[in-house]
This record gives sequence, structure tokens and C-alpha cells, in this order.
Amino acid sequence: MHFLHRHRGLVPYLLLAPGLAWLALFFLVPMYYLGYTSLQTGDLFSGYAFSWAWENYSDAFSLYRGHFARSLQYAGLATLFALLISYPLAYWIAFRGGRWKNLLLLLVIAPFFVTYLIRTLAWKTILADQGFVLDVLRTLHLVGEDGRLLATTTAVVAGITYNYLPFMALPLYVSLEQVDRRLVEAAEDLYASGTKAFLRVTLPLSVPGIFAGTLLTFIPAAGDFINAELLGTPRQQMIGNVIQSRFKEVADYPQAAALSFVLIAGLLVAVLAYTRAVGSERATQGTVA
Amino acid sequence: MIDCPFTRRDLLRRGLVGGAALSLPGLLAACGGDGGIEGQAGQTESGEETTAERKLAQQLVFANWTFYIDVNEKTKKRPTLEKFTRETGVKVRYVEEVNDNEEWFGKYQAQLKAGDDIGRDIVVLTDWMAARMIRLGYVQKKDKEAIPNEQNLNPALASPGWDPSRDYSLPWQSGLTGIAFNKKTIGRVTTVDQLLTDPKLKGKVTMLSEMPDTMGVLIAAQGDDPTKVTDDAFDKAIGTLQEAVDSGQIRRFTGNDYAEDLATGNVWACLAWSGDIAAGIKNPSIDFTVIDTGSHLWTDNMLIPNGGDVFTASTYMNYVYDPAVAAEIAAYVYYITPVEGTEERIAEFDESAVGNELIFPTEETLGKTFIFDAEASDNPDYKEKFQAVIGA
Repeated sequence: MHFLHRHRGLVPYLLLAPGLAWLALFFLVPMYYLGYTSLQTGDLFSGYAFSWAWENYSDAFSLYRGHFARSLQYAGLATLFALLISYPLAYWIAFRGGRWKNLLLLLVIAPFFVTYLIRTLAWKTILADQGFVLDVLRTLHLVGEDGRLLATTTAVVAGITYNYLPFMALPLYVSLEQVDRRLVEAAEDLYASGTKAFLRVTLPLSVPGIFAGTLLTFIPAAGDFINAELLGTPRQQMIGNVIQSRFKEVADYPQAAALSFVLIAGLLVAVLAYTRAVGSERATQGTVA
Repeated sequence: MIDCPFTRRDLLRRGLVGGAALSLPGLLAACGGDGGIEGQAGQTESGEETTAERKLAQQLVFANWTFYIDVNEKTKKRPTLEKFTRETGVKVRYVEEVNDNEEWFGKYQAQLKAGDDIGRDIVVLTDWMAARMIRLGYVQKKDKEAIPNEQNLNPALASPGWDPSRDYSLPWQSGLTGIAFNKKTIGRVTTVDQLLTDPKLKGKVTMLSEMPDTMGVLIAAQGDDPTKVTDDAFDKAIGTLQEAVDSGQIRRFTGNDYAEDLATGNVWACLAWSGDIAAGIKNPSIDFTVIDTGSHLWTDNMLIPNGGDVFTASTYMNYVYDPAVAAEIAAYVYYITPVEGTEERIAEFDESAVGNELIFPTEETLGKTFIFDAEASDNPDYKEKFQAVIGA
């Protein structure tokens, strides 16, 4: 204890130590190896050697630009749809859920008790060419006789939206739950219409939820490959599929590592730009406009 | 060599299956298994070495693919493995951990490279991956003295290019890659050309994500030799495949999961593995055909990874090469057994398997098959091109 008394300034660092050690061991070390691998050349039989092979990065851009663009597009669409679906859901649970709140929240998370893979496979059944969803759409002439849902872009985006929905809904719920109801009442006392009170008070206060939700959805969605693999065709494959195939099928570890780095860097830039656009204060605290 | 006991049937099979002409080297190679053993002095030495420490381990760890060994549906136990334990006292830990050759390899590569024991005595891998494991020195030689039953090995499979005298490997099961189709929705589909271009099949066709299967069949269909792949032949076939992907004809590239798509009607015709169809997709309108231009005959092989117990593993290999045991396994898995004499015994286990073309293919059927070029299977350039076409 004497030591701590004398070096009081060290206490915060000591408290941080376990977390920092964790990050160093499970984040920095793997990142170092990933970076190291990404600059190697070679093949499975002769082995891989470090050679400052920056061409792995230029290849990543030139060969797979389309896959990157597609991943960002699908992830962006899925995030948007997840937000449009989750917001009313979270709003209703937070404001009208009453004593059913916990049960309703449990229902939102319920699909997570089933593994990711099975959930995605279930969509194959739902969207099947002979399935009831397509039958209904055909009867309503919304889809042509030989049209289909499965193995299309729609199916992939729908699958991603569904799989990451709880990541959007839960942060939204938390921030909506924390909205001080008296502020909404005050707005109404001042003759704001329901819509106006929502737009000027509730919505701005829920920005932290929207911010957290979109990040938690967008980031993993951009790297997803299961949905494209199971619900798409070769023309819907995303960057995650490429990384997986480079790593697993072609055993081109350096290229796979370089692609992973490009994805990480791209996402970081996107997140920073997004944070700036939203404003870091609003993003974390939420303020009434 | 002269009194090599091959029959006319074996001879035919060898010639046809191997895709090689019935030339003199071919004939000699048919006896290569026997000649090879005697001819190798080193083998006898190491044989003596193993005799000194010939003791069965307490446990055999056997890594295999799913649905690839007999299971008693009621007790959920595996009869042939239990019998092995009763006969030898060796307990078997059977792990169904191989779903995909590359995936399995990726999982253990670091350990194998470092020379660590991966805790597996036997693993079953497809030809080209078996070739890679041998080439990289990740597997051990079998104890041939412990495997007298190897004489039951179908001569057609006795000397693949990557392990000419089967020093390291022994086939587990073989299978055919052909076309499965839905009789009700599309009728008979028998040619690769129809799969790739019939407008009625647009978006209703799947191909296999294992490169040797899809590319082998395409290369054969365009009239080139899939047993010795040239760059030109490969590129031409890749071009054809790319067109079919771009036009939306091909819906997906799959592993075993084509079975479900086929059964539910998402897919009307596809490249498929004989055993899956023989073992019965539960849909009477699904049928399977060998491709006239050439079906791929592949083999999965038992190997002993470094660190595995050679004598125990070899003893097990000997056990499954007893036709009675092989018949019990074949009656469940419905793939092509490499063990001669199985056909005579299979009725004891499954009457309906007798005469099943997909388990006991006739010479005519085998005449339409080829074994894909093992080197081409592992050619990084080819793999990269194929991956690019299948979308990644």
C-alpha cells in the first residue's frame, strides 16, 4: 500500500492494465501478424517470406474494387433498412411497452439463441422458389412467373438486415428509454404537435442510439460473407467471400491479409467521416435541437 | 511380374478408369502395387523396425467426413468401429471433422508444419489433397506388413501418380461426379452443354465448388483431356463457365448443400456426387446420370498424419479391407467401395444395394469416367482463376 500511496498517479494505469493487456494480446499482436503477413510473398509449397510486397495492396484495390464497392453498398442498404424497421420497434417498446417491455426485448433477441448459420438457412426456406412468400408475390403479380427471390441481391440484403437487426434495435431502445418524458411533455405544453415534439425532442435525444446502432450494424455487415454465400449467386459475392476464399481455397495468405487490412482501413475512414458528420458530442450524448 | 494376377476385367477397368490407353506400361503398372513393395529395400528395413515395436495403441483417432461410415440408425452407434474394438481392444475416437479438404488443411497446417502431433491417427482426404500432404511430408508410410488385405484393393486404384505404390495412402471410398436432375420439372438432363446453355434451366443450375469436379467435367465435355490438363484447355473451360455465370444460368456453386436445393425445387439440374443421390434424396423425381463426355471419378484416401500411430492405423486399414467389413460400410454410405469382393457380401447387409449402378458401377459406366489431373487440382493459378469465376 505504501507504494500506491507514494505513486498515486499510477493508480488509473494499474486499473487499466488488465484491459490494456487484453487489447495488446488479442488485438495488437494479431494485427502485427496480419500486417506482417500482408507484406509477404510466396506459396504454400515453397513457403512465405517477408519482402515488403506492397503490390498485395495495389492488387487488393485493382482486382477487388467491385467486391469492396458491393460490400459497402449492401452493408449500407442493410443498415438503412435495419434502422427503418428498428426505430418504430424500439420506440414502441420504450414508450408503449409497459409491463411487457422485458418480454418484448427478449423477443427481439430471441433469434440470437439460434446460431447465425441456421438463421440464414431458414431464409433459404422462406424465400425458396416453391415457397409461400414467392407464391403470394406471384399471385399478386408482383413477381413474374419465372421470377425468384432466393439467389438475388434482394435476398442477400434482406438476410443481412435480418441478421443484424438486434444490433440496431437494442442501442436504439436504450437511448429512447432514457429520453426524459418531461421534455416531451414540455414541448407539447408549448403547443408543439406530436410530430414536431418527436422531431425536435425525441429524435435528437435518440441520436446516440442511432449512431451506435448504425455502427454496430454497418461494420460487421460490411465484412459478412455467410449471407452472400448462402442467399446469393456468384454475382453477389462480397469482400468477406474473397478474403475467405483467398485464405482457405487459394492459400494466398498475404493477399487475404492485405484485403483484411484494406477493409479495416476503409471502415475506419468511413466511421471517422460519419462521426464528424454527426458531431462527436451529439453522437455520444444527444442534445435537444 | 509376369504372373501378376490380373483378370481381363481388372485390365479393362484400369485402362478405362485411368484414362490411359492399354499400352505395355499400363499393363506393367497394373501390377505396380506388388512389384513396388518387393523392389524397395528401404521398405523392408523400416518394416523390421516397426516389427520391433509392434504394439497396438489404446486408442485410434480417426478423422473422417460426415455420413461416411456405417451408423446403426436405432442405437446411433457405429457397428464396424465397435467390432474393431471388440477384435483388437483398441478404442476408436471417430471425429467427423472434415467438411472440405482445404478447410481441414487450413485448420491443422500450422501444427503440421511445425512438426507437432495433431492427435489424429487416420485422416481421410481427397486425391489431390492427399497428394499435397505427401508432397509436404506431413504423413507417414503405412506398415504394409500389417495390411495383408491390401490385396483386395481394386487394381484400378492401386497406383495413382502421386503415390505410385500406395506407400502412404489407401482408398476409403470413391465416387462419381455426374448430373442430377428433376424428372418432373425439366426431364432428363444428360449433357454439360444443356446444363450451361438450356434457357429453360436459367438460374436453376448449380455446379460444385470443388474445382476438380466442375472443371474436370467441363474440360472433358469440350473434348480435352482432364487427366492431363493444359493451360489452353483450362482457360477455354473457364471461359465457358464465366459465360454461364454472367448470363445468370448458374445459380450457385455448392458443396453438399446442392442436395437440399435439388430436393426443394430451387434447383432443377446440377453437378452432383453419386453417393448423395444413391443414398437417397427423399424425392422420387430426382435422378442421376453419368455424363457421356466424362464423369469425374474421385477417391478419398486414408492417410496417417505425422505423430499418428502407424501400426494401429495400419491394423485398422487392414480391418476395413476385409470384404465383409467393407460391405457393411458400403451398405450404409452408398459410395463406390475400393475393396474387391464387397459386391458378393453386400446382400448380408442391404439387399437393395445389390446391382446398384452407383455403388457397383459396370465397366461401361467406368469407361465414361476420368481421374482429374492431381497436379492441376493444386495449381495455384488454376485455383485463383476458378475462384474468380465462382465470385470470389
